[in-house]
Amino acid sequence: MGDLSNRTLTRPELSGGPVNLSRRGFLLASSGAAAGSLVLGLGLPGSRARAQEAMAPGTRVPAFLEIRPDGTVRLLSPFVEGGQGVFTAMAQIVGEELDADPATFVVENAPPGADYQVMEGMPGFRITGGSLSVRTSYAAMRRLGALARAMLMTAAAAQLGAPVSELSTEPGRVVHAASGRSLGYGELAPAALDLPVPDPESVTLRDPAEFRWIRQPVKRLDVYEKSTGKAVFAIDAQVEGMLHAAVQHAPRLGMTIGTIRNEDELRAMKGVHSVHHLPGAVAVVAERWWDAKRAAEAAQVDWREPEGAPEPNLRHMPADFSTDAFGDALERAPGDGEEAEAKGDAPKVLGEAETVVGATYRAPFVNHAQLEPPATLARFNPDGTLDLWVPNQAPDMFQADAAKQAGIEPARVRVHSPLLGGFFGRHFLYPSSNPYPQAIALAKAVGRPVKVIWSREEEFLRDRLRPMAVTRFRGTLDADGLPLALEAVSACEGPSEAISGRDKDGKLDPMATEGLTGKAYAIPNVRVAQIYVQNPTMLGYWRSVGHSMNDFLYESFFDEMADQGGQDPYELRLRLLAGNERLTNLLKAVGDLSGGWRRGPFTAEDGSRRARGVAMASPFGSEAASIAEVSIEEGEVRVHDLWQAIDPGSIVNPAIIEAQVNSAVALGLSQVLLEEARYEKGQPVARNFDMYPILPPDRMPRVHVRVVESGAPMGGIGEPGLPSVPPAVANAVSHLTGQRARRMPLSRLSFES
Amino acid sequence: MELRINRETYSVQSEGDTPLLWVIRDELGLTGTKYGCGIAQCGACSVLVDGVVTRSCVTPVDSVEGSEITTIEAIEADETGRRVVEAWVAHQVPQCGYCQSGQVMAATALLRESPNPSEEEIAAVMVNLCRCGTYNAIKAAMADLADGGERG
Repeated sequence: MGDLSNRTLTRPELSGGPVNLSRRGFLLASSGAAAGSLVLGLGLPGSRARAQEAMAPGTRVPAFLEIRPDGTVRLLSPFVEGGQGVFTAMAQIVGEELDADPATFVVENAPPGADYQVMEGMPGFRITGGSLSVRTSYAAMRRLGALARAMLMTAAAAQLGAPVSELSTEPGRVVHAASGRSLGYGELAPAALDLPVPDPESVTLRDPAEFRWIRQPVKRLDVYEKSTGKAVFAIDAQVEGMLHAAVQHAPRLGMTIGTIRNEDELRAMKGVHSVHHLPGAVAVVAERWWDAKRAAEAAQVDWREPEGAPEPNLRHMPADFSTDAFGDALERAPGDGEEAEAKGDAPKVLGEAETVVGATYRAPFVNHAQLEPPATLARFNPDGTLDLWVPNQAPDMFQADAAKQAGIEPARVRVHSPLLGGFFGRHFLYPSSNPYPQAIALAKAVGRPVKVIWSREEEFLRDRLRPMAVTRFRGTLDADGLPLALEAVSACEGPSEAISGRDKDGKLDPMATEGLTGKAYAIPNVRVAQIYVQNPTMLGYWRSVGHSMNDFLYESFFDEMADQGGQDPYELRLRLLAGNERLTNLLKAVGDLSGGWRRGPFTAEDGSRRARGVAMASPFGSEAASIAEVSIEEGEVRVHDLWQAIDPGSIVNPAIIEAQVNSAVALGLSQVLLEEARYEKGQPVARNFDMYPILPPDRMPRVHVRVVESGAPMGGIGEPGLPSVPPAVANAVSHLTGQRARRMPLSRLSFES
Repeated sequence: MELRINRETYSVQSEGDTPLLWVIRDELGLTGTKYGCGIAQCGACSVLVDGVVTRSCVTPVDSVEGSEITTIEAIEADETGRRVVEAWVAHQVPQCGYCQSGQVMAATALLRESPNPSEEEIAAVMVNLCRCGTYNAIKAAMADLADGGERG
C-alpha cells in the first residue's frame, strides 16, 4: 500500500466525480453510438441531434432524454442545480407527462445550445436566475415529457402489434391492457430513438387533477450524494495530467503587474511549475494547489496604477475609495431623480402638506459569500476543442465568451456545468469576477489542463457586490392618519446598468428600484425615483436583486408612517389592501400562522421583552408576507420566530418551497443582522468570514411556512422568500426599542438589552 | 510520511506544514472534503482525527501522522456515520450541499462521543456555517438521531 503515484492515477475513478465528467466526455465523443439510448444530441456539430432539421427549443426529445436499459431516465436540464432543487422539479414535471417516477431520474445540466433555450417569452436566452426556471419552462418541459411518452407508445405499438389507441402507460412501462402485455421504457428506448418527434401540438397534457408527482413533496434527487461527499462541484473537477493554479489579484481592480520582485524565488519554490503574468493578477501553476497558493501569496508585486480609461463595463477602483464616504456621498446626491413609478401627484401633495414625515435609509453593499470558492478547470484537446468545467448560471454566454478568450469557435467549447456550491447570483458572466479566463490562458500557456481555484481571500477581493442604496423617503397623512402621499428617491446604481452600461434611450434599470416600485398598497399619490450614481465598485446580482434591499427600505418607512398616523402596521396594511383578495388572504394567512397578529411589546415565557414586526413583498411574480418576533439579548438582536406566508400562484414541490423559504429567511436575516461589505482605501476590509460574518446556526430562528396557492400565474420560489424578512425584523426591533432602524446591518446599531 | 486515512495507509509527499485538507484533496484525490475558507471559520473541511472533529484546512499534515483519519468518503463504513447519512436523507437536509460533508462529520463525531446529546451539546458542536441556511433541517435531523441514540 502506499504507492501514492499509482493511487493518484486510480483515485479519479474511485471518487465519483471524474467518472461523471469523463462519461460526459465519452458521450460527446461517441454521440449516438451508445446502444439503448434514447438520446444524445449534446449540441456539437455532427452529432445525431444536430443533423436533424431545426426544431423549436424544448421539443427535440433526444436532446434532453436518455432512457437506459434499466429504465433510468437521464434528463439534461436547461437549468443548473445550486441547491434550489430545480433538478428535482424538472424530473417531477417531465416525469409527470412521460409517466416515469421522478425517483428514476438522473439529472445533469444541459450543454449550451438552442434546444435548451426553453424560457417562455425569452427566445435565444438561457439563464438560471430571476427565479425564472420553473415558471418559464413549466409548459415546455411538460410537453417534452408528453412527446417522449408518445414516441415510446409508438415504438411499443410496433413491437406489440397493437394500435396506439389500445395502449396506455403506467410509470416506466407501456401497457396493452387487452392482451396483458407490457414493455418497459428501457426496452423501448432504442426503437423510440429512431422515430421522428411528433408535432408538439399533437400531444395532450395530463389533467392537473390527476397529477401524481407535481404538487407533491417528492424527495430531492441529490440529497444522498450531497450527504456522503459524492456530489461533484467545479472545485472538485479532475482530469488526467491536470495542474493546479492559484492567483494573487491586484489589490485594486485596474492595476497591472509592474514587476514581480521575487519571481525567480517563486519559480524555485517546491512544486511550482511556472509563474504567469495575467491581466491584473499573478498566477502560479503547480502540481498541487497548496503549493500554487503558497507561491502566489509570496509574490512580491509592484503593482502599477491603472492607465487610461477602463475597458467597457470595467471600473478602476480608486485608491481612496471608502464605502462609508460613498454612502455619505449618496446621501448628499442632488436632485429629485428620474421617475421610475408615479401615480397621483405626490410632489404636489407633499408640497402642500402641513406635516411631512421624512427619513433617510441605507442599504450596504453585500457579498455573495457562497461557500464554494470559484474554480474553473480548462482543458485543450488534441483536436483543438476546449473543455471547461465552470460554475455558471448561463452556459451559452460562458461558451461565447470562453471561445473569445480561447480564440476558437464557440461550437468548439464544451461547457460543463457542475453542481454549484451555492450561487445566489454569483455565477453570471462577470468580467473580472470569473476565474475561467485565467484557466483558459494558463491551460494554453502550459499545454496541460489547469484548474484555477480562487482562495477565499481572492474571492472577497473580486466578488461582485449587491448595490448600495441611500433612499430618501417623504410621506404625508390624511386627517384619519392614512398615508396620502409617499415619495422614495433612491440614490443607487442598478446591477444591470452597472454590468451592461446605462440604457442609451434613457430607460432606467428596473432592478435599481424594484421593491420600491410595484407596491400594492392603496396610497393615492406615489413617486418613486432613482438618482443614478455610478459606482467605482463592480456590481452584480444578489439573491432577490433590487428587492433584497428595497423592500427593507420601503416596508420599514411604511411602519414609520403607520406610527406617525397612530395606526397598527398590520391593520394599516390590511386596510390599504382592501379589495385585493390575493394579498389580503396572504396577510391574514401569515397572521393566522403566527397565532394571530400581536405587535407587543410583550414579555415572553422566558422573561424576555419581545415585539413582532410585519412586512410584505411582491418579488419575481410571487407574493410573500413575513412576521418576525425579536428580543434584544446582550445588545444584540435575537430573532426567535419567523412566520412566512408565500403565494407563488401554483406549485410543483411543497417540500422544496419550504426549504427555499428557510434558505431565503436565513440569507435575509444574515443580511439584516450582520452583512456589510466595507471598503477602505480602495480595498475590502473583509477578505474572509472572520471579518465578514454570515448567519451562524445559533442565530437561526424557528421558521414557519405556509404555502398559499391562489391560482395566479406561477411565480418564482428561489428568491421571493427573502425580501420581506429584513423589514419584518427591522420593524419588530424598531417597535421594541423605540429606536428606528434605518440601515442594515443592525449590528451597526447599538441596543440596550 | 505515512498517513492513515479511512483505514488505509498512504505515503504522502507533501511538505509537513501543508494543511491536511490539501493532502486529502489534491494528493489523494478525495474531494468529498471541502475547502471553504482556509482559516477554520466555516467547517466545510471537517474530518475526524482519532474520532475528534477537526478542521483540516488549518491542520498541518505532519501533526496527524500516526492518527486515524476519517473522511466523508468512509462515512458509511461507520455505523454512526451511516445513521447520520440516513437522517440527513430523511430530513432532506442538503441544499447546495457544499457544507454538508463537514456537517455530517461533525454530527458523527458528536454522536460517537455522546449517543444521546442534549440540545445544548448539539448546539455547541454543530457550529459549521451553511450559506443555504439548512440549520433547522440539521437541527431536526440531530434531534431524531439524539432520540434514537439507544437503538443505534
